[in-house]
Amino acid sequence: MTLTTALIAEDEPLLAAGLRADLARLWPELQIVAEAGDGQQALDAAVALKPRVCFLDIRMPGLSGLEVAQALAEDWPEDEPFPLLVFVTAYDQYALQAFEREATDYLLKPVDTARLGACVERLKRQLAQRGSGSTSGDTVKAVDSLRALLGALAPAADASERLEVIQAGAGHQLFMVPVDEVVYFEAADKYLRVITADKEHVIRMSLRELLPRLDGKRFWQVHRGTVVQARCIAGAARDEAGKISLSLRGRPEKLGVSRLYAHLFRAM
Amino acid sequence: MPDNGLVPAPVSPAPAPAPASESATAAAASPLLWPFLKRGLWTAAICAGVAGLLSVATSGTDRWFTRVVYSVIIGLFCWLFIDGGRLALASAVARWRGEPKLAHSWPGWGWTIVSILPLGSFLGYFVGATIADAVTGFNVARPLLSRPNAWVGVLVIATLLGGAFTYFFYSREKIAESKAQAQAARRAAAENQLRLLQSQLEPHMLFNTLANLRVLIGVDPVRAQAMLDALIAFLRATLSASRTSLHPLSAELGRIGDYLGLMAVRMGARLQHSVQWSEELADWPVPPLLLQPLVENSIKHGLEPKVAGGRIDIVARRDGERLLIEVRDTGLGLGGGLTRGAADAGFGLEQVRERLRTLYGERASFTLEVGGAGDGAGDDDSGCIARIRLPREANK
Repeated sequence: MTLTTALIAEDEPLLAAGLRADLARLWPELQIVAEAGDGQQALDAAVALKPRVCFLDIRMPGLSGLEVAQALAEDWPEDEPFPLLVFVTAYDQYALQAFEREATDYLLKPVDTARLGACVERLKRQLAQRGSGSTSGDTVKAVDSLRALLGALAPAADASERLEVIQAGAGHQLFMVPVDEVVYFEAADKYLRVITADKEHVIRMSLRELLPRLDGKRFWQVHRGTVVQARCIAGAARDEAGKISLSLRGRPEKLGVSRLYAHLFRAM
Repeated sequence: MPDNGLVPAPVSPAPAPAPASESATAAAASPLLWPFLKRGLWTAAICAGVAGLLSVATSGTDRWFTRVVYSVIIGLFCWLFIDGGRLALASAVARWRGEPKLAHSWPGWGWTIVSILPLGSFLGYFVGATIADAVTGFNVARPLLSRPNAWVGVLVIATLLGGAFTYFFYSREKIAESKAQAQAARRAAAENQLRLLQSQLEPHMLFNTLANLRVLIGVDPVRAQAMLDALIAFLRATLSASRTSLHPLSAELGRIGDYLGLMAVRMGARLQHSVQWSEELADWPVPPLLLQPLVENSIKHGLEPKVAGGRIDIVARRDGERLLIEVRDTGLGLGGGLTRGAADAGFGLEQVRERLRTLYGERASFTLEVGGAGDGAGDDDSGCIARIRLPREANK
């Protein structure tokens, strides 16, 4: 395997071209299989082409670099090696602290040659190590460290901002739904579906905006697009492929739990 | 028996200085205890020094040590009663009032001191003199005690001296306090300036722009120079923009044009832009970088997050007696108020409103509305239109 494949996700075209050129100089055997200008494109390309390395700009239109990483961790097939991720940012003190703490690979823009060279060496070393081990073990490790990173970056929940009532409009009516009655929230495009035992509402809020305003102990995120009230979970079952699905009290449907949150459902 | 001349002219210090609130718990008492004890030390030192000098000056080395002893002991007791009494009384009053700690930096000023001072000085003198008598073997206190006529004299002198010491310590404390305040104010001002500068420069914008510039230098040096020129002009304008000065419209639109040019290099085809104004309005005075927050908002919250990008168009034209500047973008609409990065967008808009208010009062206006066909619900791709109207003359 002399040719390593990589994906560059960067919305500013000059910077994407610049990174490509720098990498061509420092790592000629690296083949850039895709250049994505936004998060969704990056995700689609990564899932389709399965690169070994992904350079993810943090600030991108649509999905951010971190959201792309989260989606990759959740949807990546078991039997393929999970890509090495390198985050790229111009300035984000908060994220940098988390990166340092979790020993995540990152690059600062403007990217200077020396640091890029060091990053390339690190990546080559990691790829060589991985070549020998089992892919599923690597994926588990990668997912674990990504979970730790996302946890470190999650915005702090402010108790004063806690929502007690969801106000959902429908036509000329406004429904006041106590948060306690919500079985689960599900992201749908730019909206959020609010599912209670007998009704379904829609609100204009992103899951990212909602999460810090919920009590993390009562409401669990089980998937990048789903947050469930723990009390309403009847049980969790694992199928032959290892995927966990939740059965709910008062609702017939089952919810899928992604890899990132499977650790929540273990027997005491 | 030594005569009264030995009585160390009551160099009775009344160190009732420095506030120190003694609340119930020992932990809270320590910040007060230490200054309290220090004042005692000062008192003893001053008493010893003054008494010693006076004694040597008046009667040579004869009995100067005894005088010093008297002075120090009497002084210390005066200190104990006055300073300690003041603190004890002030904290008792505070506890009675229900205040947990003495908040005031100089508790016990005012009526407390007026009552404590004479009493403390008087008591301090006699108790101190008595003890000193016991120590030295002389007899100073008793003759005075037995002559009530002398009490007034003692009271007056003791109180005066006590007052002098009190004032001495009080002043020192006040000076230290105002120095600390001045330092804190300077630090706060420096921090504010730094924060303002940071918010104006927006590091993310700066580093991304420099990153683009770096690539451009290798790829297209001529364009790189033009980009650098735009960046320099923009930085100058940002760093020197004061809140109340004015510059001509042509300069303002030039700087905004620079900013848009920089963003266009970064966003490539995702940002189309135009800036238009009629020549006759070129020298209309406007506040520097007034449009900055609006354009930033449009791009940051309207166009950058939109995958396909869009346009931003700025038009300046006359509207009756006022200048109308329109900033129109085709990015994400205002949505439910939550989709367009509410918090810092709001901050930028507030800045614009505040600047207009400061300079023009009610004569300027600022509106923000949904663009396109614009129904109230805010279609997500209809963008925004911001309109600023301002008169020719600012408020004096």
